[in-house]
Amino acid sequence: MTFLFDLVAQGAQMLLALALSPLLIGLIRKLKARLLRRKGPPIIQPWRDLIRLLRKEVVLADNASWLYRSAPYLIFAMTWVAASLVPTFATGLMFSWSADLIAIIALLGSARFFLALAGMDIGTSFGGIGSSREAMFGSLAEPATIMIVFTVSFVAGTTQLSEIAAYMAGNLELRASVGMALVGLLIVAIAENGRVPVDNPATHLELTMVHEAMVLEYSGRYLALIELASALKLLLYVSLIACVFFPVGLARHDARLEAMAIGLGAYLLKLAIGGFLLALFETSTAKMRVFRVPDFLGAGLMLGLLATLLVFVTRSL
Amino acid sequence: MNFASKQTAARPSQPTCLPWPRELVDEGGWLALAASLAKGERELLSLWGESSSVHMAMLEPREPRLRIVTLECPEGAFPSVGGVHPPASRLERAIHDLYGLRPEGASDARRWLDHGRWGLRHPCSAPEKIESTCDPYAFLPTEGEPLHQIPVGPVHAGIIEPGHFRFSANGETVVRLEERLGFVHKGIDQLMCGASIERAARIAARVSGDSTVAYSLAFAQAVEAAFDVDVPPRAIYLRALMAELERLANHFGDIGAICNDAAFALMQAQCNLVRERILREAASAFGHRLMMDRITPGGTTVDLKQENAAALLAMVEWIELMTPRLIALFGDTTSLQDRTVGTGFVSEALARQYACGGYVGRASGRTFDARKAIGYAPYPRLTFEVGASKEGDVDARVWVRFDEVKASLQIVRQILDDAPEGPIIAAWAPPDDWTREGAALVEGFRGDIFVWLRIRADGVVQRCHLRDPSWFQWPLLEAAIKDNIVADFPLCNKSFNCSYSGHDL
Repeated sequence: MTFLFDLVAQGAQMLLALALSPLLIGLIRKLKARLLRRKGPPIIQPWRDLIRLLRKEVVLADNASWLYRSAPYLIFAMTWVAASLVPTFATGLMFSWSADLIAIIALLGSARFFLALAGMDIGTSFGGIGSSREAMFGSLAEPATIMIVFTVSFVAGTTQLSEIAAYMAGNLELRASVGMALVGLLIVAIAENGRVPVDNPATHLELTMVHEAMVLEYSGRYLALIELASALKLLLYVSLIACVFFPVGLARHDARLEAMAIGLGAYLLKLAIGGFLLALFETSTAKMRVFRVPDFLGAGLMLGLLATLLVFVTRSL
Repeated sequence: MNFASKQTAARPSQPTCLPWPRELVDEGGWLALAASLAKGERELLSLWGESSSVHMAMLEPREPRLRIVTLECPEGAFPSVGGVHPPASRLERAIHDLYGLRPEGASDARRWLDHGRWGLRHPCSAPEKIESTCDPYAFLPTEGEPLHQIPVGPVHAGIIEPGHFRFSANGETVVRLEERLGFVHKGIDQLMCGASIERAARIAARVSGDSTVAYSLAFAQAVEAAFDVDVPPRAIYLRALMAELERLANHFGDIGAICNDAAFALMQAQCNLVRERILREAASAFGHRLMMDRITPGGTTVDLKQENAAALLAMVEWIELMTPRLIALFGDTTSLQDRTVGTGFVSEALARQYACGGYVGRASGRTFDARKAIGYAPYPRLTFEVGASKEGDVDARVWVRFDEVKASLQIVRQILDDAPEGPIIAAWAPPDDWTREGAALVEGFRGDIFVWLRIRADGVVQRCHLRDPSWFQWPLLEAAIKDNIVADFPLCNKSFNCSYSGHDL
């Protein structure tokens, strides 16, 4: 019975992540538009775009290889699995027992690897530029993420995200190391999701693109899958930050349905707050130069490293 | 010239250009002038061709006077100016493409506007039919192990005009940028040829849509100079009003667009509010958002009503309130300053060599402004400050735009206060006597627009040359982006905001 319940909870969280991720993008776009005194498209617009893209014919370059055609499926699958490992409204995800936080990072890293390969596959210069920039950012963002993971893992005593979340929810207290890890993770999240000031998701300038440059040649259902994957990635990071650092209202996996409902409400509220803060931040800052991004990510890496050291030092005392 | 002198004026043997006479020179004189341009004694304003002659307009040093010279070239060749003075190079290539006149000793013999797709060679003078294909184009070579090329355009990811940019980059650093333009060639020279003055005025207004007022004004001034038409004082003021409104709208649009290219959309949202209000007030006052075809040789086609003047004054007060806030938003956003300061530097020497006008020249220490230097009416009667900077970067080009906004607001206020009452158009018709020539230099929002035209005795335009300020700004963009990173190109490009349409003719 518990097994069945856990399976339903896991499935519900996976579908919830899938359904909500384009809406989060829509919400951020709407909020940004309102902050710029525009009306903006409805929040549901990203879903409409995805459905439109799915119906459209795929236009492929003549020299596209099998890799180019299979990369969108791989990227989507990896990102979705990674997203389903992050607790949204309840802990104790079934998949958690088979994969921990490090697996999430590995999945995202693999997705990035395939996207970068696909960007270079056709041989257009923009894809190459995007891939090289992405590789540069990734080589700094991933170590920073690992450091942050170490910090929270040492604090909670496990690398399993569900348990970390459960531990954080049960031991609400202020820790300097966790604070540093939070700031570090925010920096990484902005870079990883290609948001301002690292990349501009709304740009039409091919020379400044990072993520958009890699997917410039994609169309139809391939583009839909990649767009959905990047929406899932953003939701993943917001969920990750919410469940590790703000686990208020997070339901236990064996909780009753009412607690689950409260958890769901709290989760939606957290997503909305996350989206609002991101929109506010993006509106108030300009994009930085490409070569300033390593400094920015370097700060994230240093924060992660310091947080880990701090945990060690406080432990040994 | 008053009425009496007009009566006694004999038919000139050679059509003389007004207000600046055109002189014939021989090859020696031509080369001497080219050498003086190269030495920086004079500044090149334009170079243009006809079926068997080439003309050159220059700015004389330290006096508000243009010098226009002509070299007959019955052999179909002329000594190249571009060989000794690089700013002339693209103009000469355009002359070769359109009129088939060969610049001898030119440093660059490649075609410029002609991409081989017209089905004709030199369409403006003795055209030859050819197979319509796409000519190969040899981009300048860059050599070295780590260099790679990035072709951008002519179709871009955004909705902008078409132009091709070939970057040679070492990783992210631009080693060389080469532009290839001509994709929006419309055959303006050909359309002008044989058009009536009214039709020619409409064509001139459509050379570059964002500068439609400036082009109309330049064309009208050239026609009025050629026929010695006295424009009513009210029309002169109304024209200046329209020109300043156009300048304001474009500068606000540009400032916003530059910031948006650094992903700072907030500034664009605010600037577009201002721009939109200007365009709406223009539409209600003059009946067209961009004020297209409102200026005509002899005056203006619409008058400003009392209530519209009041609305414009209210708008000026509102913009005067908004501008300091926009300046603060631009200057105090450190992330934005980090992008603009030091990016896309143009040296003063280069700006002077290319006689680059507008905000590009002014941001690099060349403070030429046709409103002050030529001093066409009504500007000598108005007080305003022309902005200047010597920094030469993207930031300076934004600050110069802010300075110009302040100047334009000053001017609009004075015009609204001082504009005299009276008729708005002079009653005149082209007299059916002899061929006339006129020239004008007018300050558009990008810089000085030069117009030279010749009108036959039957009132038909024989040749009209319109030189956009972008001719001398595009080459500087190539210099500005050198040693910057590829990702900073959109920012540099937007800070120049050169016209494709005005350049490609």
